[in-house]
Amino acid sequence: MSAMKLTASALAIVTLSAAAATARDQVQIAGSSTVLPYASIVAEAFGENFDFPTPVVESGGSSAGLKKFCDGVGENTIDIANASRKIRDKEIKACAEAGVTDIIEVRIGYDGIVFASQLDGPAFNAFTPSDIFNALAPKVMVDGALVDNPYTKWSQFNADLPDAEIMAFIPGTKHGTREVFEEKVVAAGCEATGAMEAMIAGGMSEDDAEDACLEVRSDGRAVDIDGDYTETLARIDATANGIGVFGLAFYENNTDKLKVATMSGVAPSTETIASGEYPVSRPLFFYVKKAHIGVIPGLKEYAEFFVSDDMAGPDGPLAAYGLVSDPELAATQAAVAAEETMQ
Amino acid sequence: MTDVADRPNGRRSLHDTDRHTRRRNAAERRFRLYGIAAIATGLIFLVVLLVSIVWNGIPAFTQTFVTLQVELPEEKLDKSGTRDIAVMKKVSTFGYAPLVDAAIAAALAEHGIDNPFDKAKKLRAIVSASAPAQIRNAVLANPELVGTTQEFRLLATSRVDGYLKGRVTRESIARDKNIDAEHLDIVDALRDAGVVQKTFNWSFIFGSDASESRPESAGIGVSMVGSFFMMLVVLALALPVGVAASIYLEEFSTQNRFTDLVEVNISNLAAVPSIVFGILGLAVFIQFAHLPQSAPIVGGLVLTLMTLPTIIISTRASLKSVPPSIREAALGIGASKMQTVMHHVLPLAMPGILTGTIIGLAQALGETAPLLLIGMVGFIASNPPETFVDGFMAPNSAMPAQIYEWAKRADPAYYERAWGGIIILLLFLLVMNIVAIVLRRRFERRW
Repeated sequence: MSAMKLTASALAIVTLSAAAATARDQVQIAGSSTVLPYASIVAEAFGENFDFPTPVVESGGSSAGLKKFCDGVGENTIDIANASRKIRDKEIKACAEAGVTDIIEVRIGYDGIVFASQLDGPAFNAFTPSDIFNALAPKVMVDGALVDNPYTKWSQFNADLPDAEIMAFIPGTKHGTREVFEEKVVAAGCEATGAMEAMIAGGMSEDDAEDACLEVRSDGRAVDIDGDYTETLARIDATANGIGVFGLAFYENNTDKLKVATMSGVAPSTETIASGEYPVSRPLFFYVKKAHIGVIPGLKEYAEFFVSDDMAGPDGPLAAYGLVSDPELAATQAAVAAEETMQ
Repeated sequence: MTDVADRPNGRRSLHDTDRHTRRRNAAERRFRLYGIAAIATGLIFLVVLLVSIVWNGIPAFTQTFVTLQVELPEEKLDKSGTRDIAVMKKVSTFGYAPLVDAAIAAALAEHGIDNPFDKAKKLRAIVSASAPAQIRNAVLANPELVGTTQEFRLLATSRVDGYLKGRVTRESIARDKNIDAEHLDIVDALRDAGVVQKTFNWSFIFGSDASESRPESAGIGVSMVGSFFMMLVVLALALPVGVAASIYLEEFSTQNRFTDLVEVNISNLAAVPSIVFGILGLAVFIQFAHLPQSAPIVGGLVLTLMTLPTIIISTRASLKSVPPSIREAALGIGASKMQTVMHHVLPLAMPGILTGTIIGLAQALGETAPLLLIGMVGFIASNPPETFVDGFMAPNSAMPAQIYEWAKRADPAYYERAWGGIIILLLFLLVMNIVAIVLRRRFERRW
């Protein structure tokens, strides 16, 4: 059984040497699957232009990424967390408890959230947040009273919308996109239709009413998609009247299958989002562990390269892929160069 | 003796089938038909699956290339004129991109194709974003190229590639901001001139993963290496441990409560969903043992845990199938218990053990779920490992994880690559299973 001995000892050597010398030489990143495309474009260009190895970028979602980020400091923890939302106070606290105290927050730009339907399906050309609320909320305002949602077709509450069955595929609660969708669309619609006022008048506290506003009807007309946009696309493909929520970049890569809906009369594009005309967008971030700068080779260079004009500027490859470039990029560049941490 | 007419069922001859027999025979025929129908349904599904995989995946094995004469001017690439690599490295790929635009424009002029764009940058939609890096690497590897004009075989973008493959049409790009119909006109003309060609795509099989903006340069090679190193770990750990455990349980241990408990647990482990092993791996190997994230060694260890029960169960079954007379004969002529096992039982059980191991490995090769949790899904497989130890320790992905990742990406060209990756993975599994069958056929002994 000498072969067995040999493999056993070889393996022992490998594990030992691993434990002794895990000097990691590439940057490790995890987090939001919305930021992943941008991070991978930057990582690839970084590997090509610098003498450092290409950073690795894991997907998994903003929350999972920030959780990994807050695991602690050290070579077997990640250096950067990508997030499609701001880090929460709870997460900052969890980080601090694990010894991750100095965090650099970097805003890389904005991401548009679009509604799109099948290419051959009905055209949604006059959306407002109120329409989405009326379509998806469990209780809506009808003739000044709050009642269980009676609507089955879009045209029932807005004559400009198509006479099509309501069927919406919205991001599941584990997605960062859901939060933006709730905040910018559903909550706005709740207020605009007066449903929130009615709830408060009905004896709810303001906080409860805000929470109640974000609920989604449970009769199968609003479907949570926990997978990725590709899953939403597949569902749209199979549902003639379906409408789904996508990131702008994903829509722009699939214009041959999807028809985009305008929001308050404005079609989404990097230009209308940058100017603020298209209302549903959100900032994208990444968070850097300051303690790892100087320990992990290339970490600061990567962060600086990410926000450089060549990459994140309006003519850079990120904007070409669908990122809405941040008008205050220069301030971000300065903050990264100075390694300014969050307070 | 009763009269013929007196027979209870009124039958004339034994050769006439009566009603009961006919019904019984019909039931049997129907039963066979059900069986055939079941097999046929299975076969139809298999054929549909295979056809759709091959149909969707085959395009990934060809790739469109653009052969261009690229001018490498000194004033742009090496202002100092010293050919000092350290200085020349300061010119980034962004500095090389205009050279590609110029080269396309030159090719258009050479072949008498008119250029409908006033901005040179617009032509960039034809050639992959990986082209500047390819030229830069060539120049840095051989600084003497500066000042000359060199021929480069550059990748076309995924849209152009899709156009030549029929995936992208003029209708489908009508609202696409990445490419215009004018680009396709140029591509048509360049194809006639022989500048644009579609050839077999070796870099899909041997290359590394690419970012979202350049699916044309993505390959499965590096994640294949990742899978290979994981399988090495599984083989080196699961086989000896599994065989030793089953020999002890089968040949040496007496049956008592403890061994019963072990047996029940092994059977249970075999049924545990693989994602559970991923959670275990994250907690034990990464957070407790401080092994690096995304490393094939962690993936291999997790898959070892998953494969062990399979190997133990199949090894025990093949040990059990060695008849007791062999053991008794060996013991009878004075062999020790260990000699009996090592010299007689184990060699006879080997084919069964190997078959079980290969099937266990094949199962581990196709496993994705546990890898999600130890950080092997994402943009990971970008650098081929440089040393043998790096192969275990440096971040890498695995074939199924790479396929999963490609299937999620936005560009439809990645969807095609995911199917192509499935073909390669299936080929591996097919080869492994064939080896297992051949081993069993050739060496298995029937008693």
